Amino acid sequence: MTTPAIAADTRPWTDPDAQPFISIRHITKRFGDVEAVKDISLDIYRGELFCLLGGSGCGKSTLLRMLAGFEAPSEGQILIDGQDMAHVPADKRPTNMMFQSYALFPHMSVEKNVAYGLLREGKSKAEAYASAAEMLKLVKLGSFAKRKPHQLSGGQRQRVALARALIKKPKLLLLDEPLGALDKKLREETQFELIRIQETLGVTFIVVTHDQDEAMTLATRIGVMDNGVIQQVGEPREIYETPNSRYVADFIGSVNLFEGVVGPAAPDLMRVETTDLGAVSVPPVKGLTQGQTVWLALRPERITLTRNAPDGVPNAVQGLVEDVGYVGHMSAYRVRLANGRVIRVTQSNRLRDEDPISWDEHIHASWNASVVRVLTQ
Amino acid sequence: MKRRGLFLPIVATLGFVFLYAPIISLVVFSFNESRLVTVWGGFSTRWYGELLNDGQMLSAAWISLKVGMISATLATAIGTLAAFVLTRFSRFRGKLLLTGMVTAPLVMPEVITGLSLLLLFVAMETTLGWPSGRGLTTVVIAHATFCAAYVTVIAQSRLRDMDESLEEAARDLGAGPVRVFFDITLPVIAPALISGWLLAFTLSLDDLVIASFVSGPGASTLPMVIFSKVRLGVSPDVNALATIIIVIVAIAVTIAGLLLRRQSKKNP
Amino acid sequence: MSAAAPVWAMSRRGAVLALAALAVLLRMDVLPIAADAGAPLSLLVAAAALLFLAVELGDWLGISRRWLVIAVPMLWLFVFFLVPFIVLGRISLAEPMIARPPYSPLWERGPDGSFNIIASFENFQFLYEDALYRNAYLSSIRVAGISTIFALLIGYPIAYYIARSPEPRRSVLLLLVILPFWTSFLLRVYAWIGFLRRDGVINNILSWLGVIDEPLVMMQTDFAVYIGIVYTYLPFMILPLYATLVKLDDSLLEAAGDLGASPTVTFLTVTLPLSLPGIVAGSMLVFIPAIGEYVIPALLGGPDTLMIGRVLWDEFFSSRDWPVASAVAIVMLVLVVVPIMWLQAVQNREAPK
Repeated sequence: MTTPAIAADTRPWTDPDAQPFISIRHITKRFGDVEAVKDISLDIYRGELFCLLGGSGCGKSTLLRMLAGFEAPSEGQILIDGQDMAHVPADKRPTNMMFQSYALFPHMSVEKNVAYGLLREGKSKAEAYASAAEMLKLVKLGSFAKRKPHQLSGGQRQRVALARALIKKPKLLLLDEPLGALDKKLREETQFELIRIQETLGVTFIVVTHDQDEAMTLATRIGVMDNGVIQQVGEPREIYETPNSRYVADFIGSVNLFEGVVGPAAPDLMRVETTDLGAVSVPPVKGLTQGQTVWLALRPERITLTRNAPDGVPNAVQGLVEDVGYVGHMSAYRVRLANGRVIRVTQSNRLRDEDPISWDEHIHASWNASVVRVLTQ
Repeated sequence: MKRRGLFLPIVATLGFVFLYAPIISLVVFSFNESRLVTVWGGFSTRWYGELLNDGQMLSAAWISLKVGMISATLATAIGTLAAFVLTRFSRFRGKLLLTGMVTAPLVMPEVITGLSLLLLFVAMETTLGWPSGRGLTTVVIAHATFCAAYVTVIAQSRLRDMDESLEEAARDLGAGPVRVFFDITLPVIAPALISGWLLAFTLSLDDLVIASFVSGPGASTLPMVIFSKVRLGVSPDVNALATIIIVIVAIAVTIAGLLLRRQSKKNP
Repeated sequence: MSAAAPVWAMSRRGAVLALAALAVLLRMDVLPIAADAGAPLSLLVAAAALLFLAVELGDWLGISRRWLVIAVPMLWLFVFFLVPFIVLGRISLAEPMIARPPYSPLWERGPDGSFNIIASFENFQFLYEDALYRNAYLSSIRVAGISTIFALLIGYPIAYYIARSPEPRRSVLLLLVILPFWTSFLLRVYAWIGFLRRDGVINNILSWLGVIDEPLVMMQTDFAVYIGIVYTYLPFMILPLYATLVKLDDSLLEAAGDLGASPTVTFLTVTLPLSLPGIVAGSMLVFIPAIGEYVIPALLGGPDTLMIGRVLWDEFFSSRDWPVASAVAIVMLVLVVVPIMWLQAVQNREAPK
């Protein structure tokens, strides 16, 4: 059996000729007067582990449920492997879902839970239970077959739910906040388990989560959603380094945002006038006009703090260290600038020297022009 | 706070005494030798013997049991369907009507229900020829109808509390709507349905007014027989019957309570 | 689902045939089941067969199964709960006749072949004019109202006490409240006859204690009816009250106390208003059926305890005047509809989701 090519390696979304596996076209969902999902179009490729990331109420769960068939779109089309899902009810779709509450059938044993999907396909009891036993071994719950769900721990129930959803080898697996109920340590282990299983089986995953760390770890690509709309789709690095809006920049990781006005056009460097930082040099961005309002995004880890003015670095400001937080592997600084604005700076403690910068020190904060991102929305 | 601390328990205790004193007296006087019931004449179990030899009472009891079982089953079926439809289908034409038809029987005075049903049966008989005469069938229909409302209330409450994602998960795994109902919904709400059945059974067994209206010759239920005896005054064999019923109910309720406690540990 | 569907469809068709055959056999009394149980059982079986048949028909016609599921309870309740009220209304407009059935037909053909509808408001006029009925309605409302208030006064502290009790005491107390409800209503009313008679328990105890010389007359009075109603309907008052009180957030009471309210004030300004839905539900569950009570006034009340349920019964069984009885019922229905709608409105507001 050949191992399917891993989408994380092949990156089919960069290939203009690649056929999307899941095609979401202009999907809108209304509940009464409220539009939960507003005209979303999205292509997802086979073998991806795609994450829909957003806060509560952004519509990500609604979108997931429309893929599963539990809600019908008010407008638009969903295609899975080329097939229009418009009149296909949930029980006939090539999708399976892992529910946030796991939804294990309380009156059935673990093995019956896992075998349920195969039994519905018409497989014989013997066959179904045998496959269930194999699946349980895969998720390391082999000896728990006869137990009932209420006798299992949260982490074990989650694995049963996963086994139950994967046993039918669906084309698409939908996961609704799969790691939400687990504690931090377990969550980290399970994240890598999930990736391993996904890459081994080659199933396309769509994961809904509000946890940006989780999305960054798991995803081949992330779709950031807000208020029923997809703000940005891209690989984790892309989303983090080059967010397309203040919302995305602020949602993923932390960021310092500065409002400013575009200065006169120049070939090699552009100037943006800001109230907090003064004039800032940034790499030129096409399509901007002089006088246009933009926002500059500067990540905390990209700012360097020095006691003396750095030479040769065009972007630098002076400030007072208001607070220092020590978080084991890094230090987080709150720096108050001359005009009262406070910015966040983080520094890895690996680089700490013998006399680290501390409270109430006057410092210079500097950064490279190339790491400043210009946002127009 | 001390004053408050005593007030409630005292009132509550008095309340429970009020609730149970008549019941206890029924039991005590069933062992009274004297026919005067409330004047103690010595301990005796003769009334139990007389009860067991009373053919009229026994056949009425048997009829009540039959009616109870059939109408409880019918009521549970109808009530469960009504509850399912009202909780799981968000909108449909006639939902308001169904809601009303399922709430009203709970409070409707029995004389109204009884009379109107009888008139219906008579009208049906003259136009359709069925039901021919009143008897078991009409009583069963009447009981099933008003008991269904009670089952609906119980089933609705359980259906609302139930995790709907269980049903969605079953559909996701390939089960059609009917399958989901029998595989998932019914087993999960089963305890509620059982208590609904028992409630319907009790209500049917206990009904006097409606049965008096819609029953016919040869189909006298136990309450009808008891009532005709009791109108004339106290009757010690009725005390004996009451004691038997109380004992059965007490045992059944205790068992049910223990079972429920064990259940609730399994299905949080 | 692919393999299972045809098998299920075939077995359903088989079931229709089997059930239809069973229904016929039961009807013909061929099977060794007690003769009188055969009729209702065959009804049950025939109903099941019809159901399967309807499913087949529905599939064949392309009607979504949803409608079938809705139709079953809807149809049953419509025919056996709603239609009877229509029949009731129609008969209240008829005249009593010596006939089977004992009321005038709705229409008749005149000698020239024309349709004449026979309907008259005579009965309602009769009710309006005869003081007996008016007094009976008013007296029923009065009795039901007073009983409800007493039930509330007795039931509220009990419900409150249970709601504030810790487990396992709470479950036991609830069980104790529900237990009498499961014993026969008729027998519990009967028990009070034993208590309230001249030579009953209460009089025996009181004269043994020397409190009274002459036995008190308690039977066949309004007082006895109040006791009867409060006693039998008490669980109906306690349970909705309990349900509301148990949901009461303790922290609200603590907050009130923290802000300086005494226990009494906390009760009046926080607990009582929040338990209002329970009060309404419990009160309606007692008041509405109590208006039309028959058994309690019949067994415990006197000849001057006028209650409309009893009047209806007597009109129907003693006077054999079906139309007047129907008219009495219609007026009672009108009286009772408003509280029912109020109850439903409150329930809807309370319903979660």
